Amino acid sequence: MISVNLLAMFYLISGVLFILALRGLSSPETSRRGNFFGILGMSIAVVVTFLSIGNFSISFVYVIAFLLIGGSIGAIIAFKIPMTAMPELVAGFHSLVGLAAVFVAISAFLNPDAFNLGTIGNIKLASLIEMSIGAAVGAITFSGSIIAFLKLRGIMSGAPITFPGQHILNLIILISIIGLTYFLCTTQSSSLFWTLILISFLVGILLIIPIGGADMPVVISMLNSYSGWAAAGIGFTLENTALIITGALVGSSGAILSYIMCKGMNRSFFSVILGGFGGTDQVAKSNSKEQKPVKSGNSDDAAFLMKNASSVIIVPGYGMAVAQAQHALREMVDTLKKNGIKVSYAIHPVAGRMPGHMNVLLAEANVPYDEVFELEEINNDFANCDVAYVIGANDVTNPVAKTDPQSPIYGMPILDVEKAKSVLFVKRSLSPGYAGVDNDLFYRENTLMLFADAKKMTEDIIKSF
Amino acid sequence: MEIDPFVFRLSIFILSIFVGYYVVWSVTPSLHTPLMSVTNAISSVIIVGAIIAALAGKGNDIFNQASIFGYLAIILAAVNIFGGFLVTQRMLAMYKKKKK
Repeated sequence: MISVNLLAMFYLISGVLFILALRGLSSPETSRRGNFFGILGMSIAVVVTFLSIGNFSISFVYVIAFLLIGGSIGAIIAFKIPMTAMPELVAGFHSLVGLAAVFVAISAFLNPDAFNLGTIGNIKLASLIEMSIGAAVGAITFSGSIIAFLKLRGIMSGAPITFPGQHILNLIILISIIGLTYFLCTTQSSSLFWTLILISFLVGILLIIPIGGADMPVVISMLNSYSGWAAAGIGFTLENTALIITGALVGSSGAILSYIMCKGMNRSFFSVILGGFGGTDQVAKSNSKEQKPVKSGNSDDAAFLMKNASSVIIVPGYGMAVAQAQHALREMVDTLKKNGIKVSYAIHPVAGRMPGHMNVLLAEANVPYDEVFELEEINNDFANCDVAYVIGANDVTNPVAKTDPQSPIYGMPILDVEKAKSVLFVKRSLSPGYAGVDNDLFYRENTLMLFADAKKMTEDIIKSF
Repeated sequence: MEIDPFVFRLSIFILSIFVGYYVVWSVTPSLHTPLMSVTNAISSVIIVGAIIAALAGKGNDIFNQASIFGYLAIILAAVNIFGGFLVTQRMLAMYKKKKK
């Protein structure tokens, strides 16, 4: 048994180690040590919690057993999961944090004695409020992440689901949650507590269904943030510093990522949350342009262009992830580099389905991270490059974003692919991207469309060299 | 009059938000995916609450109504802790510099 003050000191140390874990991610070299700090912080928090209870009875054995069961499941998932499935894995993990927060809140509500929060039916007011916030945010995180998971996994269609009165319904539910919390605090009724949790589950679902597939980077970041706030809420209930610090860190981390993602699309956070983007009305508008001439080519043409280039910039997008083309792509680049051609990669902030998605896939394919550049770093280089190889990206290269104020993507920062001497655009068809906007780039003089699956085309180009 | 301990916790919370803000802005964009998986892992420190809840069941009453939720939360959080840290480790191991 260790004293309460000593315990608090250890939790503080855990919190500091978690800060160092995030700090480590400022560069790939320090990141691995950062992760180690994180593991250390977690181990300290768990061990001192055991010591503080000092109840090494039979229930202790069960706790260890459950911990190992969960741990093995987690470890198996971590080793088995393909890198392309990382967005849905992260969404899935968020849902677990949310549900864990709900369970801890329920447990604290049913047995407040164990946490020094008062007695059943007479829980301290502040604790009850904190508990309700933790449970509600946790429940929203859980059901929201489940929907995000289903959409990312393709089990549920990525298309936004909207119905009339949606926003008003959400508003009513939100107000009812606040009302419920108030009545819960005055009556301490357990049925109100359960209702609160159920309604929060519903909010999570309603919140995410209207948001479309390519807005997922924002959704995942937002749920990341929510999971942090849920943890912080529980941290206040349990009066636990490690949990409060971590919750705040994760909460602000997710919020910053959401902000970066929104800025990458030039959309306000609220327009993403309210959803419905890329709906049918926008697609209908662009249909009239279908007749313009397009130059299309095959792998031999592409190989010829690239071989005679002195610099090539690769622009990967979600299509590369879908086709799992990253390994073939790296092989192609290796061949180019052997011929003395300078190759770099340009990553748009919202390429893929989660922040940093493309970077992880390229790293998996052994692409050195110092060949991979962010939008601001590389955008000026397009003017001096001979070939831009666009593989699976679309909206993020559309020049319309700079020229047409009517376009839904107007103002979105784009990669200046059109400035390259020639553009190779790997795509299955001329269909517009997620935003439902026709890409002007398809019809440019210097664009050669390569109609094929991203992986197949890249492999064919390697053969053609 | 003494200051309510809640105020201290609130101070820690607010200051941590600022720490988080500055630390996360310094994270390089190429590591945003590992950032998400590691924040996932560390937010599972909620397991300390789960452990307290689970161990509150005593004697013949190990699995009572309250502690059972604690045990369930332990499983969920443990999946996240091991899964989160290990998958982060796996990703970070892939980030390599150009061979000179």
